[in-house]
Amino acid sequence: MSDIIRLTAAELGEKLAAREISSVEATQAHLDRIAAVESDVRAFLHVNENALAAAGEIDARRAAGEQLGPIAGVPLAVKDVLVTTDMPSTSGSKILEGYMSPFDATVVARARAAGLVPLGKTNMDEFAMGSSTEHSAFGPTRNPWDLDRIPGGSGGGSAAAVAAFEAPLALGSDTGGSIRQPAHVTGTVGTKPTYGGVSRYGSIALASSLDQVGPVTRTVLDAGLLHDVIGGYDANDSTSLRDEWPSFAAAAREGASGEVLKGLKVGVIKELPDSGFQSGVAASFRESLALMEAQGAEIVEISAPHFEYGVAAYYLILPAEASSNLAKFDSVRFGLRVTPEGGATVEDVMSATREAGFGPEVKRRIILGTYALSAGYYDAYYGSAQKVRTLIQRDFDQAFAQVDVIATPTAPTTAFKLGEKIDDPLQMYLNDVSTIPANLAGVPGISIPAGLADEDGLPVGFQFLAPAREDARLYRVGAAVESVLVDSWGGPLLDRAPVLGGAR
Amino acid sequence: MSEITPDLVRHLGVLARIQLSDDEVTQLTGQLDAIVDNIAKVSEVATPDVVATSHPIAMSNVFRPDEVGQTLTHAQVLQNAPDSADGRFRVTAILGEEQ
Repeated sequence: MSDIIRLTAAELGEKLAAREISSVEATQAHLDRIAAVESDVRAFLHVNENALAAAGEIDARRAAGEQLGPIAGVPLAVKDVLVTTDMPSTSGSKILEGYMSPFDATVVARARAAGLVPLGKTNMDEFAMGSSTEHSAFGPTRNPWDLDRIPGGSGGGSAAAVAAFEAPLALGSDTGGSIRQPAHVTGTVGTKPTYGGVSRYGSIALASSLDQVGPVTRTVLDAGLLHDVIGGYDANDSTSLRDEWPSFAAAAREGASGEVLKGLKVGVIKELPDSGFQSGVAASFRESLALMEAQGAEIVEISAPHFEYGVAAYYLILPAEASSNLAKFDSVRFGLRVTPEGGATVEDVMSATREAGFGPEVKRRIILGTYALSAGYYDAYYGSAQKVRTLIQRDFDQAFAQVDVIATPTAPTTAFKLGEKIDDPLQMYLNDVSTIPANLAGVPGISIPAGLADEDGLPVGFQFLAPAREDARLYRVGAAVESVLVDSWGGPLLDRAPVLGGAR
Repeated sequence: MSEITPDLVRHLGVLARIQLSDDEVTQLTGQLDAIVDNIAKVSEVATPDVVATSHPIAMSNVFRPDEVGQTLTHAQVLQNAPDSADGRFRVTAILGEEQ
């Protein structure tokens, strides 16, 4: 395996700036890695044939003496939910197969402007509905730690690409945990920013009041570097916040010394008992807490009595918003069109197109959302779910009056087997029990590797949540805990992942 | 138990413009019944005194200057259309025979 692909984005950026490595070399190394392991991992739906040309342009600009940003020339994988002008954008759905966007998503445009080199588009559950990528219309991605297991979802492609060293950086989107849960099961890092902190323009909408784009990486510092590139106000997204954000990379660098842990108040939610988690997940969480305590952090039990209603509220709000957002796939302006035989009306064409173009999970959620929004049920379901949102926000407000951050295991289990939960939607939905409250309340969250579960040797993630707009705190604390954990392991967790690239 | 019936699922399919096969209706009826049973618990705590939150970070009156910004060209708008003619989207008949 080439040494280049083992570098973090921060390290690669330094070597590019020092001209020890060119962006063309770095990009070629990752394309070679993709060629070697994609038949096993299947993280990408599309590989960018213009990647080397884009890398060459960055090299030329650098050679001409232009001052470039800290990660200029570093390759980037892009979740297929984000539209791109030079690659198809499908959001994992047959209904958008081959769709070419006339514009770039704001985060993609900002990544290009910062000199990042788009390597390709990563696989995902169809329209980001799922926790395993098994709902992708183009087949599942596999977990680099065990190819028979799920890489998480919906952003399993981005997390697997980063975990398999196919890309140092990736973009994801998180509606109920789609960045953080894949990070948990693949031993990588993922951040869901504060709602409105990163533009949603050009992110194919799932649930507009919950969706947030964020970084998928192997280290906390790399996540901060990518967040710095993509974040900030965008006039094209009317929910975009006008805040002046601090540098998240600087916060991660500052946090890495571990000083921030001294006196840090870390909340642990009493209503999320260990009994609800796989034993190795709970054990890993407790060990990480103990390490933080040894570094001077104070663990405080907090109460969040309404979190247990989070999954229920989420599966009303999300389908309601999704059924509205997905109404645009009507066979008229873009996407698939299926015309039934013999004089069909435009409505017949729409119904036949959506029957053929949507997968089972998408149909399930659209029908559920249509039900939740129908006359007579609206107040009981959607209205009540919106009230639960208020109650969960209050729980967060009360908790953050007592503690600096909240810590939870990121998800209840390690990576499960492909096919294990595909026929049981309710079981699948419970994967998001710890991640959903952040989306409902708009607060930021990060998942970092916490270790391996004793019983199966698979990665476990540790989630931190902070008050809205306090994303920098997550990078400071996340980097501090990461450095303590990596020291205790004697190297990054991914060093212990099985070697890929052999015949299977 | 909720009141999800095959007829209701068929009706929701019509509202959502998704043609559903009989097998899909049967499967969805069972699955939605279980899901709705679970999510109905939101009403336990959603008392009248709690205000609803539609949006996680409260904002109001988001305006932009009334200026022409970037727009797509005609060709860009039509480039992904399944069918077009004379610079417009083309669809099949809007009305059926009985209408």
